[in-house]
Amino acid sequence: MPSFRRLNPHPGWWLVLPLLLVVLGMFLGPVLNIMWLSVTVPEPGLGNFAALAHTGSLRSMLWTTVRVCLITTLLSVVMGYSIAYAMMHVSGVSRNWMLSLVLVTFWISVLVRTFAWLMLLGHNGPVNGWLIAAGIVGQPIQFMRNELGVVIGMVHYMIPYAVLPILASMQNIDERVIAASRNLGASGVQTFRRIYLPLTTPGIVAGTLLVFILSLGFFVTPAILGGGRVLMVAEYISVQVLITSQWGTAAMLSVVLLFGVLALLFVLSRFMRLSHVFGGAHR
Amino acid sequence: MNAGLWSRVNRTAAWLLILFLVLPALVAIPVSLTPRRFLSMPRGEYSLRHFEALFASPAWMSSFAQSAIIAVSAALLATVLGTLCAIGLWRIASRAAEAVRALLLIPLVVPPIISAFAFYRLFVPMGLIDTYAGIILAHAVLGTPLVLIAVSASLAGFDPKLEQASRSLGASNWTTMRRVILPSIRPGVLAGAIFAFITSWDEIVITLFITRFSVFTLPRRMWNGVRENTDPTTAAAAVVLLAITAVVFIGWMILQRRATRALSQTGD
Repeated sequence: MPSFRRLNPHPGWWLVLPLLLVVLGMFLGPVLNIMWLSVTVPEPGLGNFAALAHTGSLRSMLWTTVRVCLITTLLSVVMGYSIAYAMMHVSGVSRNWMLSLVLVTFWISVLVRTFAWLMLLGHNGPVNGWLIAAGIVGQPIQFMRNELGVVIGMVHYMIPYAVLPILASMQNIDERVIAASRNLGASGVQTFRRIYLPLTTPGIVAGTLLVFILSLGFFVTPAILGGGRVLMVAEYISVQVLITSQWGTAAMLSVVLLFGVLALLFVLSRFMRLSHVFGGAHR
Repeated sequence: MNAGLWSRVNRTAAWLLILFLVLPALVAIPVSLTPRRFLSMPRGEYSLRHFEALFASPAWMSSFAQSAIIAVSAALLATVLGTLCAIGLWRIASRAAEAVRALLLIPLVVPPIISAFAFYRLFVPMGLIDTYAGIILAHAVLGTPLVLIAVSASLAGFDPKLEQASRSLGASNWTTMRRVILPSIRPGVLAGAIFAFITSWDEIVITLFITRFSVFTLPRRMWNGVRENTDPTTAAAAVVLLAITAVVFIGWMILQRRATRALSQTGD
């Protein structure tokens, strides 16, 4: 039977099959099931999505999520750029130290880091103590249970994810271009603004998208440092699933979040090889 | 303004930012040494009582053990599945294989909260909530993309002619895999296994959804401690975790350095 022979698969598929079955059955199937839930529970139709338009609490929660993520992303990318730029312009030994210290933060548990901020930023914590002792503020600043604390914790977590793609794009710059600009009479600031910055745009875009994507779904830090006052989408979904059992709303928000992330990933893939971004995060 | 000045200012700013990245976590060290019963900075007096309490606590010790068992099992499972799959995809090397690879990387890009919801919905009818089997499977699935990436990167540098040579000299598929392919991609397999281990060891969001009382991992206990925010034993546990991180990281750096040195020597 020739038609059967044409279907004869490459033997390599037998090695792929176990993982493929596990991921299909245990991950992709259940994720599709959530999409299905979003249009079938509590009743078939787009009612869950329509709620986005007329439910004030949902809209304000989504707006909080986007606002916090945008502020986090902006700060992380600016600070990440500063670190990456300095790394490119120091001696090899210093660069190794800087890179190692940035990478070591990937290995510190997010819970340990959030716990540290909880202790540092408390009403009577060391940060308020120093600020008062230095005469910068008269009374303790309220850092926690508001967006300020959430942004501090998130920026702290996200900076390394901004540094790596930006650093990669800086390493790709041909130093002769910079030298040429200087030889032709441009000042250092002009060279940076007109030559260096545009050449690192792909890294900036990639870092921005990566940080924004990771921020959108971030659960631990907003939940702990926000103390219930800064409700973002991930915590909202967890409340809907674990406490109020509103499957439809939770599924709808999951679908919105998932498609948002996938759309941004698609844009990201135009600027950077994704495997490079994810693999690079651990190098 | 002078560009040299700018870049010096930026260098200082960058070092301050790097200190901002690394130093905050270390606050757990003084807090863990407080002699008092509640979370506080020690003033002049230090005590190890919270470390004693940590190591004497059956609950904390059982969480350490559970996390170790779960992370090792999940990493083993992820490494076996991911390595076989990476070798398979590498041998097929077709457009279909690339599509399947993209599909298998999806668990890496889905936000953890959605994965948690998905596993929760899957495990409730299967009776896998709050079981070792459930959490090991879930963590293994999350670790497989990392193994796939790490092993594929190793395979990219492996010469397929070696495999052909082994076959033409009469070795079976299995022998070729065990004696020729696996030894040359060992660094990738090892790196993938370590990533999968850390993924599970640190995982909290999915754990919160699919465990209740009988499976209580270290991150889960940390989470409870951080939420209550009163018991300095949590600070002691954080210091132990930081110490483990530091040891593993230094070991990793030494291995990396040795690997690059070996690479540059073979390149000569």
